[in-house]
Amino acid sequence: MIRGANSDTRVIPDLVTSTQPRLEWRVATVVDAKQETARAYTLVLDVPQWPGHRSGQHVDVRLVAEDGYQAQRSYSIASAPEEGTVALTVERLEDGEVSPYLCDVLGVGDGVEVRGPIGGYFVWESNHAGQLLLVGGGSGIVPLMAMLRHHARADPAVRASAPVRMIYSARTRDDVIYREELERLAQGPDVDVTFTLTREAPAGWQGYRRRIDKEMLGAVGWPPSEMPRGFVCGPTPFVESVASLLVELGHDPARVRTERFGPTG
Amino acid sequence: MTDKPFIARGFHGRRASAEAGRLPPGQYETRDFPVLSAGPTPRTSLTSWDFVIRDTAGRSVRWSWDELQALPHDMPTVDIHCVTKWSKFDTRWEGVSVDTLLDLARSDGLSEGSFVRAFCDGGYTTNLSVADVTSGQAWIAFAYNGAPLLPEHGGPARLLVPHLYFWKSAKWVRGVELLERDEPGFWEQLGYHNRGDPWREQRYEGDP
Repeated sequence: MIRGANSDTRVIPDLVTSTQPRLEWRVATVVDAKQETARAYTLVLDVPQWPGHRSGQHVDVRLVAEDGYQAQRSYSIASAPEEGTVALTVERLEDGEVSPYLCDVLGVGDGVEVRGPIGGYFVWESNHAGQLLLVGGGSGIVPLMAMLRHHARADPAVRASAPVRMIYSARTRDDVIYREELERLAQGPDVDVTFTLTREAPAGWQGYRRRIDKEMLGAVGWPPSEMPRGFVCGPTPFVESVASLLVELGHDPARVRTERFGPTG
Repeated sequence: MTDKPFIARGFHGRRASAEAGRLPPGQYETRDFPVLSAGPTPRTSLTSWDFVIRDTAGRSVRWSWDELQALPHDMPTVDIHCVTKWSKFDTRWEGVSVDTLLDLARSDGLSEGSFVRAFCDGGYTTNLSVADVTSGQAWIAFAYNGAPLLPEHGGPARLLVPHLYFWKSAKWVRGVELLERDEPGFWEQLGYHNRGDPWREQRYEGDP
């Protein structure tokens, strides 16, 4: 849990200090549900009195059994703040405790407890002008998708002031979450999306076919001289590798924000 | 808003195999050692590494890596609890007790202070009361499971305060400031609880 900068920098940029009331558990209603890939499932929640969120934030989900036993997990929000609803894209883990319930049992009309939004650092807002570099691995795409959706809903001038380059690493083409939407968003003038497949690629695949490396980040990311804001999200080895490569390329560690998920069951 | 939990229809849960009473509320046991940090992992060479305690009057005491290693070591085995819900039992560490360091600082004439704020390579900070880092409750840890602490887990040295959520156990720690007044650290300014007691489920600002 660290951000970059040298050891004498103890000033935190973009800091929002607030005195918040308690984040209460609220019973959200599933208003839509969608299978994204074989393992990823999106639940769209209507949360009563939702205070709104910023792109990149997450929520806690709590499941309570009849006898009071409870389990909690955190999930990134995939929807843009402007959407009003809270979309969670959940990766189903076979031996998980919470994700199979969310993916297999919950359906439209059902209730589920959430509290949030949580997290104030891995956050991008459209008034943060400047180049945006989003690097996601696997289901680490989810909070980055919220940023991209937020970007897509901004005014054209705002979008142009914060051009986006996204690099998304997935195992196979079928594991690419939000593929059609990403391809559509990438048609816009201020968004560039690069896919790389690490395990297998379909015949005729034109994109990259390897893990993200320095050459790839240099070729399709922003150059360090542009001082982009970098957001890197994915499994720990992915984030360790990409964040280190960005620093080696000359990016300011203080401008590289990371979020690492171990899969949570 | 609900005071009474909403029953998740058809949810039975996995029922942790953990011994009853060992998991704080809302936590689950993991055998892995997940890594969470807000930025790239900093790398500091041991020759330039030092650990500093300073007070508000500008007095300070400093230990080089070798000097820290020369102090008495503890080998605590503790349960750790991350605010992201995982807990890990019986983690084995080696380090120097914060009691030892604060005693030495005091004998060097540094003022007592009621609070500390840890500072780290990479710019991270976290705040704690002196009461939470003394009486054998906190260490500057440099080994995990019998081996030097890996950079992604906070090496060369991290704070270890296992009775609080693990964001208080600052990675890549380089020193502490002794303060009269409590000053929120990095996550404490970003919506997380000021103290972070897992047994009271003090995850976020506003939690009781």
